[in-house]
Amino acid sequence: MLKKRVAASLVVKDGIVVQSIGFKKYLPVGKPTIAIEFLNKWGIDEIILVDISATKNHQEPDFLMIKNAALKCHVPLTIGGGIKTIDQIRELMHCGADKISLNQSALLNRKLISGAANVFGDQCVVISIDALKTDKGYQVFDYVNQKALDLSIVEFTKEVQDLGAGEILINSVNRDGSYLGYDLDLIDSVCEVANVPVICCGGAKNANDFIKVFNETNVSAACAANFFHFTEHSVNITKSIIKRNLDIRLETFADYNDSEYDGQLRLNKKTEEVLENMLFIRIEKEVI
Amino acid sequence: MSLKKNIVIIDYGVGNTYSVSNAIKYLGYNKLVISDDENVIKNADVLILPGVGAFEEAANNLRSRSLDVILNEEVLNKKKPILGICVGMQLMATLSEENGIHYGLNWIEGRVKKLQLPKEFAIPHVGWNDVSINHVEPLFSRNSKDSNFYFDHSYYLDCDSNYVSAYCDYHIKVTAAVQKENIFGVQFHPEKSQTNGLKLFRDFFNSIK
Repeated sequence: MLKKRVAASLVVKDGIVVQSIGFKKYLPVGKPTIAIEFLNKWGIDEIILVDISATKNHQEPDFLMIKNAALKCHVPLTIGGGIKTIDQIRELMHCGADKISLNQSALLNRKLISGAANVFGDQCVVISIDALKTDKGYQVFDYVNQKALDLSIVEFTKEVQDLGAGEILINSVNRDGSYLGYDLDLIDSVCEVANVPVICCGGAKNANDFIKVFNETNVSAACAANFFHFTEHSVNITKSIIKRNLDIRLETFADYNDSEYDGQLRLNKKTEEVLENMLFIRIEKEVI
Repeated sequence: MSLKKNIVIIDYGVGNTYSVSNAIKYLGYNKLVISDDENVIKNADVLILPGVGAFEEAANNLRSRSLDVILNEEVLNKKKPILGICVGMQLMATLSEENGIHYGLNWIEGRVKKLQLPKEFAIPHVGWNDVSINHVEPLFSRNSKDSNFYFDHSYYLDCDSNYVSAYCDYHIKVTAAVQKENIFGVQFHPEKSQTNGLKLFRDFFNSIK
């Protein structure tokens, strides 16, 4: 059976992974290479790296940064930010990208969507849409100019899908960095009209938010950024809780299957007896 | 196969060549190059035909670089082992129905068809899916029976079940892996399937004398 995906998004600004809050405030986290290496070790299903400074600064994608970041990434890597031409996409595929994500250029140049789909196949083209809740409903948010456009999320989703989008990445501007959980109404409205897989992003606080969005909407994948960065084994711990409810992939050696959690889904300390026994467990490194 | 064999990843303009190269190098195979040069391909001990692309573009690129002629010689006559990935596997078929009829290398008789599924099955088929294995040897000997791999495709290869070494279930039985003598193909992306994918690469290279 096809499994729901737990994805991580890395927001990169001027070569540094940042924590993004409300698409306005950015706090530094660290180097993309290190973040990818660890997310990969902890068994993430997919990584989406978005360079938010490239388009704003009128720059090309940072090919060297991406090449270095991709080196230890053995899960699918989607790259976004600063992409304007087919040649840049080709170059990205030579730098370790497996899919590309278009946001601003999908708004400004619809032809790039169909062009990319014709060359690389629709499965390679992810369209990233930022949604802002307004009086008129959910509208497309232009992050470069920091304003909502007169374009509804549902209309835009249908349009890009017809042009050849292979996946829709829907980001909630209101929930970004808020830890308030995913915006289920927004996600539902997109899933309703999408025939392609939908990835949701914005607001995840812990495993319960993933379980909720997987159970209550048709999303194929749910994405989190901030909360994966700040605790050791954040991915496998989160996945171990989700897996108690849903069929997802959990194959890391540390699978936390026998762990217990408190009401905030923080790990409980194991009993002294268990800890004592753990001292004598020998862990063989898996040789492939 | 020793770590010293020459591995060539065929560069035909649309593959995620660097991802494939990263995964294989991670296993210690350092004599690995990404190339479309005839002499380099002739010197190879084993070939990889990667793929992220639309069939038409991929097939046209192969032909415009004369790679179809070179590969026919190396694979059909010299019997060099080759592994096709995703559209790289689909190119081994007779033809594809993606955006009109386009002809492939015809190494494995079969058609590449669009996935046509009920609405609740999103297309493309993206994500980690379990495979059912018909032929464990050689590609799946290190993997367990219910291993999962990362898929990302809208079209699938419909061919004689004798050639199908593994399939996955996405409302219909989707061909996940094929083999015919020295020709191997996988619909999923072993380079992006973490440990399970790396095990598959190791099995493939180890099966080569």
